[in-house]
Amino acid sequence: MSKRNCLVTNDWICGEYVRSRSEELIDATVQHVGITAVSVAIGVAVSLPLALLARRWRFLAAPILGVTTVLYSIPSLAMFSLLLPFFGLSASLVVTGLVLYSLTILVRNILAGLRAVPEEAREAAKGMGYGPLRLLWEVELPLALPSLLAGVRITTVSTVALTTVGAIVDKGGLGTMILDGLDTQFKAQVLTASVLCVLLALAADLLLLALQRLLTPWTRAHRIRTSRFARKADAAPGVGKVAEPV
Amino acid sequence: MNAISGAYEWLTTSANWQGEKGVWHRLAEHLYFSGVCLVVSCAIALPIALLLGHIGKGGALAVNISNVGRAVPTLAVLILLTLTPLGEHGDVPTLIALVLFAVPPLLTNAYVGMREVDRSVVEAARGMGMSGRQVFGRVELPLAYPLIMTGVRSAAVQVVATATLAAMAGEGGLGRIITAGFNLQNTPQVVAGAFLVALLALVVEGALVAVGWAFDPMRGRSRMRA
Repeated sequence: MSKRNCLVTNDWICGEYVRSRSEELIDATVQHVGITAVSVAIGVAVSLPLALLARRWRFLAAPILGVTTVLYSIPSLAMFSLLLPFFGLSASLVVTGLVLYSLTILVRNILAGLRAVPEEAREAAKGMGYGPLRLLWEVELPLALPSLLAGVRITTVSTVALTTVGAIVDKGGLGTMILDGLDTQFKAQVLTASVLCVLLALAADLLLLALQRLLTPWTRAHRIRTSRFARKADAAPGVGKVAEPV
Repeated sequence: MNAISGAYEWLTTSANWQGEKGVWHRLAEHLYFSGVCLVVSCAIALPIALLLGHIGKGGALAVNISNVGRAVPTLAVLILLTLTPLGEHGDVPTLIALVLFAVPPLLTNAYVGMREVDRSVVEAARGMGMSGRQVFGRVELPLAYPLIMTGVRSAAVQVVATATLAAMAGEGGLGRIITAGFNLQNTPQVVAGAFLVALLALVVEGALVAVGWAFDPMRGRSRMRA
């Protein structure tokens, strides 16, 4: 009997709610994960060439970092709304906004990673006859990987949180459920969706940490030489640079 | 793009700037929320962070609070607070949420700034016979200043942005123009509101960069570290 009651009395914690509306919760979670994953993937795909440009031509570094930082300080509600005329009420609007936010941290981290590649490694590869593309792909990118992945982790965690604001255009995954819960004063829905959202961020972070360990086994063997920058970024992500967008 | 020309028209219509729901009133609300919360957050976070930095303890705390903050959706906290009994007190949930989100960047940056001061400089100051208080005031604080100000800037931008989100939970501020536009399905108003909010965030950021530069205790002197 008491299980039914929590829906009637509008309790914060309600097992019956989770059971009876699990389908809705799963749909929202799937949408949330989808939007986050697509945004981070596009973010990496856009940041990589930007970081390479900024490294190749020094005079481009300041404008690229400057513009992405300016984008970062625009409030999310405004960002999504400003994109409205271009995309309409669609998931691509939310994804575009999230991609724009992800650029700041990703470009900075990829650039830091590339710049931290030891000159000797580069010279040695050149001496062995590596062309610029092969040098990039087989030497520089792998060595920049710890820093890149540290950036991806920070970005993913904040993107999971930011996706909720997509609720304004009804594409916010769990955020949409949170906002609906406000309209109906349905406490269990708000709390459950919020908790799921935080759990999702933590799960994503752990998953990426495991991936990072898997992809960069050498960082544990010879930490000192190869990943000085990456570890710094890892220990205090984004410190002294930027806040999280809201 | 008629939404953009429509937004321009909305912005140039003086009726939209007047009254309870007008731009001026919303802007005043926004600045009031943000200002109060920034001051409160600084009053809470800075003394703690500077003290911890001075004695060199609690680093894990300062950095981890900031990392955890990243994972917590602002919107969720705002709405959760609105649904608690606090929600009956109008602005209170918004004010609490704003402070909650401004504290981590302040804490982390001020702490890291204090710790990144070159230890040999601090040792030298002690060797010259400076007391702990003098080292704090004359050496550590001026050298940590840039990072502390970065934290203040992050916190301020954060607060301005969060105050926008407060509109989704029904409170005032410039975000109301956007959410009201959504409810009326008035895209020009949404875009106009978003433009104003983005502009405000950038102006606040720029103003604080200028303030930080103007008050830099090391301005005109060469820094000890890059």
